[in-house]
Formats: sequence, structure tokens, C-alpha cells
Amino acid sequence: MSADGLVVVRRPERTLFILGCVAMACAALFMLIDVGGQWDFVLPFRGRKLATALLVGYAIAVSTVLFQTVTGNRVLTPAILGFDNLYVLIQTCLLFFLGSGAVANLDPRLLFGVEVLIMVAFSGLLYWGLFGGARRSLHLVLLTGVVLGVLFRSLSSFLQRLIDPNEFIFLQDRFFASFNNPDQELLVASFLVTLGVSVVGFRMLRTFDVLVLGRETAINLGVDYQRTVALILVLVAILVSVSSALVGPVTFFGLLVSNLSHALVRTYRHALVLPAAALVAAVALVAGQVVLEHVFAFDTNPRVIIEFVGGLVFITMLMRKAPG
Amino acid sequence: MIEAKNVTKRYGTALVVDDVSLRLPVGGITSIIGPNGAGKSTLLSMISRVLPMSSGNVLVDGLDVVTTPGDVLAKRLAILRQDNHLTSRLTVRELVTFGRYPHSKGRPTVKDQEHVERAIQHMGLEALSARFLDELSGGQRQRAFVAMVLCQDTDYVLLDEPLNGLDLKHAVSMMKQLRTAADTLGKSFVLVLHDLNFASCYSDHLIAMRDGKVAFQGRSEDIMRPDVLRAVYDLEIAIQHINGDWIATHYR
Repeated sequence: MSADGLVVVRRPERTLFILGCVAMACAALFMLIDVGGQWDFVLPFRGRKLATALLVGYAIAVSTVLFQTVTGNRVLTPAILGFDNLYVLIQTCLLFFLGSGAVANLDPRLLFGVEVLIMVAFSGLLYWGLFGGARRSLHLVLLTGVVLGVLFRSLSSFLQRLIDPNEFIFLQDRFFASFNNPDQELLVASFLVTLGVSVVGFRMLRTFDVLVLGRETAINLGVDYQRTVALILVLVAILVSVSSALVGPVTFFGLLVSNLSHALVRTYRHALVLPAAALVAAVALVAGQVVLEHVFAFDTNPRVIIEFVGGLVFITMLMRKAPG
Repeated sequence: MIEAKNVTKRYGTALVVDDVSLRLPVGGITSIIGPNGAGKSTLLSMISRVLPMSSGNVLVDGLDVVTTPGDVLAKRLAILRQDNHLTSRLTVRELVTFGRYPHSKGRPTVKDQEHVERAIQHMGLEALSARFLDELSGGQRQRAFVAMVLCQDTDYVLLDEPLNGLDLKHAVSMMKQLRTAADTLGKSFVLVLHDLNFASCYSDHLIAMRDGKVAFQGRSEDIMRPDVLRAVYDLEIAIQHINGDWIATHYR
């Protein structure tokens, strides 16, 4: 690597290192603040919450960055394809047809498995729309996704109006992001699924980089474009399922994390962008949780904090017209 | 050799490329000329598998471009299209290094780096190699993309309007560089060109398209004739023989 090449490559790695340190500091703060002597209770309890936050942050960050690479657009997130509206619809349907008692008694892992299957099937449908028909247009598929998203949301709100108000409150609880009630078995299952996705993704990191150059250049360079896009959509669907199952839909967060990490590391290389995004997500979620627990004393929802801070940062970025 | 057999592209009822069969000669520069909407770029895109065909097939050294794995073709044939939009910030050197992807799969070796340096030199981009692409002018960016395609080191290089956005000096130097690459490295170039005189002066073979069909093909002196060009462009074009080149004067 020549000297001027190093200038470009070295800075993102340093940024990554700093991000890693900040993330560890946040995690330590979260684990150790106000322990009050009850170590054997507090540490596992907080450890579970921390693990949930890290896993969710990772899933949202990676799915959004990959999705944006595929679409070649920094404002799109999986939400625009209706992914999290579909999640809400699945939950609403379950409650509508089975009732809250039955849903509460269901094995969360079984629920999770069904959810992942439906989400992947949905991404398969989108893929078919992308490459199966005569017109092969990403924009057409995105438009379809937007329309389907509205359909899912309308169906959900229709069903929600029909159900008992008490059931509705039960349902609403599930949609608001919270790290306070992670189910341990679900957590382990999610972790294993995420690990599997990561192993597949890790082997394709350099292929993701080529996709940044756009469809035609990627094809020219010998990437099997359709297969790669299909695979990424499946990975994204699985990761969105993981984060939705653990804490419900937190859509805006992915947009924030992805843009922040691109602005911080300023490189096309996914080997750097993806870890950066995961670390930014970890910092935001864990620090948000610390502020929530110790400043607001659980008085507010973490989503409120994340979206408040995220919104501010995002508007600032838009106004600065941050390149990349 | 690149061989197209009954290649057709249809959008609904509109026939953009109409049953084209042709063999592109090995070595040298072949230029495709013709009016707007003649199907030149569409044909080039189908030959390079970037755009699916409605019917027909294309063989590159006997390999069918539709069924052959993309990474095998990427070592034989390179394509550069007109609009290259990027969402990420890349330096010139990073972009050119991508040209080695078919060979290195993203882990460039010392030998790959040598190819990169040679391509950067060949396109005169040494001073710009650490600059970001979005900080360059359109012409400089165009040269960077051409360097990437040359770096791919394929026998066949397909360029869709490589002179787009280049000033006179850089247009001439681009054509000279392609000519040198064709003569010294034995590569085959297929270009879509709008400038008749550049096509005439630098090409070994001209293909004139009109209404989705190949209307004429041959050497410069066969194509650069008023009767042929009138049939292609619907325009009276006088031809002068100046210093051994056939020059069209179509400005008034």
C-alpha cells in the first residue's frame, strides 16, 4: 500500500478504535453505576439487558447498512419495504385470532421462528418482484414495498379497532421498544441466528464493497448480482426479525446509525462501515438506557430519547449536506 | 471473438434492437456509429450481459454470456457504460483497484498493484490518484473509470461513449491511449462513438446502425462516403480526404 493510500485507509480504522473504546465505556457505565452491593443479582440482570441492547443495535445497524448498499440510497431503510409494518401485522393477527392469554403462553422461540419465516418469505416475494417479472426495476419494488407497508399498517389498525381495549394495551406494550423484559431463551435463539447471518455476511464483505459501484459495474466485475441481492434481502429480513422480536420496531434508529457511521468512517469498505455502524448503535442504545434509568428514572421510553437525539443529529447532517 | 446471433431487444411493442447478427473482429478498435435511438448502446449492453436480451444469443470466445458465470466473463470482457453514479466516497486509486476484483476477489496482490499503477499512468491520472472522485471534473472521472476497465486486463473492452464530457485535448489523448492499448497489448476495443471523425480516424472497423439494425459495416473508406452516411443519418455529409484520413464535414 502506497503512502497516499494509507492516508485514506488509516483514519477510518482510528475512528473505529475510538468508537470501540466509547462503546466499552458505555457498557461499563451501564453495568457498574449504582450497583449498591447486590452484585450477584444486578450483574446478570443488567448483563441480559446489555446483551439485548447490543444484539438489537447490531441487527438494526447491519440490516440498514446492507439494505442501503443494495438500494444505492442513504435515505432508505428496510422499513420502506414494509418490514416492520409486517411485524406489527403478524403480532396483531396473532392477538386477534388467538387472544392475549394464548399469545402470552406461546413459546417465544416458536413465535420468533414463525416470524422469521414470514419475514423471509416476504423478502422472497420482493425479490421475485425485482427479478421475476418483465420489468426489472428497484424503484418499482420499493414502490410496491411502500404500498404494501401502508396496507399492512391499515390492516393492523383495522384489527386493532376491533379488539378489546385491554387486549390493545397488551399489544401496544409489545410494540414499544424496551430492553427491560428480554426473554432469555429468545435472546439465545436470536444470538445464534444473528451469528449465522454474520458468518454468511463475513464471507461476502468484499462483494458488498463492489455493490457500492452500482449494478452495471458490479456485473462487469463478475459479481452474480441477482444472487447477491437476493441473499442480502434474506439476511436483512432475518436481522429485522431479530430486532423486532426482541424490542419491537425501532425504524428511525437504523437510518441514524447508518448515516452517522458513514459520516464517521467515510469509506466504502464494509469491513469498516459495518463494525462502525454496530458500535454507533451500541453506544446510542446503551448510553440511552443509562440516561433513561438514572436521569429519567424509567419515566420515559428509550425510543423517545433515541429518536429525539437521532432526529437532531439527522437534521444537522442534512443541513450540513454531509457528503457520503 | 465476439459473435452476436439474432440479438433482439423489445420494450413492449417497440423494437430497439432488431435481429442483429454480427461478428466483431479480434484486435484493434471497432466503433459503432449511428443516429440517436439506433440501438447502439442497447446492443453494447446486451453483448456485455448488463441488459438481458429479448431473444438471440451472444458468444464471447464461444462462451454464452447468459449462461457463463459472471466471474469467468469478467476476466475476458469489460464494459463501461455512460452514467456512473456513486453513493460512496472513493479515491481514484480505490476505483481503479476495483478493476482487479475479477482476479483478486478484493484482496489485491503486489501484481495487482502493478496493474493498478500501470492503468493510472496510462490514463495520466498519477497526480489525481489520491483524490476523491466527487472532487474531480466529469472528464477526469471518465478517465478514472476507463482506467478501472483497462486495469481489469480483459481481451475485450467495450466502452459506451468514452469521449463523453472530454475536452478536445483529452478526447484526442483518450483515443490515442486506446489505440496504443490496442496496438501494443493486443486488446480488442468496441466503442460507441458520436463523433464521426474520431471514429473514422482511429477505428479499424466501423459499424453503422440505424433503426435497431446494422445498416453498414466495413473499413473507414467504405463507410465514410456521402451515400452511406446519408442512408444512416438522413443528412448530406461531404467527405474530405485529408492527410490520409476520411473527414466528414457536416457542420453546415
